[in-house]
Amino acid sequence: MIMAKAKPIDEIINMIANFDKILLAGCNGCVAVCEAGGLKEVQTLASALRIYFSQQGKRMEIDEISLTRQCDKEYLQELKDKMDTYDAVVSLACGAGVQFLAEMYTQKPIFPAVDTCFIGVTLEQGVWSERCLACGQCVLATTGGICPVARCSKRMLNGPCGGSEKGKCELSVVLNKEIPCGWQLIYDRLKSLGQLDRFKVPAEDKDWTVNRDGGPRDIVREDVRP
Amino acid sequence: MRLSYPANVRIVIVPCTGRVAAVHLLKTLEKGADGVFVAGCLEGDCHYQSGNVRARKRVAYVQQILKSIGVDPERVAMYNLSAGMGPRFAEIVREMTEKVRQLGPLKVGAGAKAKTAVA
Repeated sequence: MIMAKAKPIDEIINMIANFDKILLAGCNGCVAVCEAGGLKEVQTLASALRIYFSQQGKRMEIDEISLTRQCDKEYLQELKDKMDTYDAVVSLACGAGVQFLAEMYTQKPIFPAVDTCFIGVTLEQGVWSERCLACGQCVLATTGGICPVARCSKRMLNGPCGGSEKGKCELSVVLNKEIPCGWQLIYDRLKSLGQLDRFKVPAEDKDWTVNRDGGPRDIVREDVRP
Repeated sequence: MRLSYPANVRIVIVPCTGRVAAVHLLKTLEKGADGVFVAGCLEGDCHYQSGNVRARKRVAYVQQILKSIGVDPERVAMYNLSAGMGPRFAEIVREMTEKVRQLGPLKVGAGAKAKTAVA
């Protein structure tokens, strides 16, 4: 899922300080799962903003809603009738949701309330971890189900590099946090699978044009188009 | 025991302090209370194992939010006491009421009045 974290409140306050009526729009998809932009977070943020603005003596009307998803037009259309009544919208969705909202309501200022971080997993409640960079050409079949693009800091396809020490990435020292070496993880996994032969064959060149190097990406499937 | 404590306290009963979310504490302030404290069971005594520990974390989170919007974080507090500690409860209410009184009213909304809420 797409993981995000809340922006600092003062950053959001600065975005909306000049408006009088705003809508806080959450998204019940990924950002609700990582507790950054669902209904609960909308309510909390709205309450904090109301307290702030009334402390400032400013009249600020703040409405709350959380859509099923903000990356599908059907759900964004639920806002159609009332959109004119707001000066601006603060979206708690990921970057995709914020942009799609802006694309649909072209005359309305739309602001992001979260920083979208990565595609990842929930390790435990409150701990989320990156697992996929959406590179467009999955190599997991040859790496024991552990992604060198996402888990190796250098995105090396033939690792490990010389910076791997005791199973840790050299960035662990620089950033003062424990980062497992992605290639050590791959090695250990392939070893337990009895597939260490994989290391005898260097990986083929990867087509990075299907990653961001090819510019913004689309998927078009004629078979499912209406 | 017929203990007396300030009458401006409104008690909101929850099944466990683990039920208290950040939004509940903020709403309390938004709706006119000048301070709110969460009275959880003693640590280690939660009937649901960790409700009171979770509540403490949420109180700390709300304190952070309050700080970031320029409101004194001491308006929100967490206390741990058992159901058998009536005198301690009265003492905490007096303590909290006094603290909130010193901080003054939190001017939120139209009908803001001096109140302390307890969860």
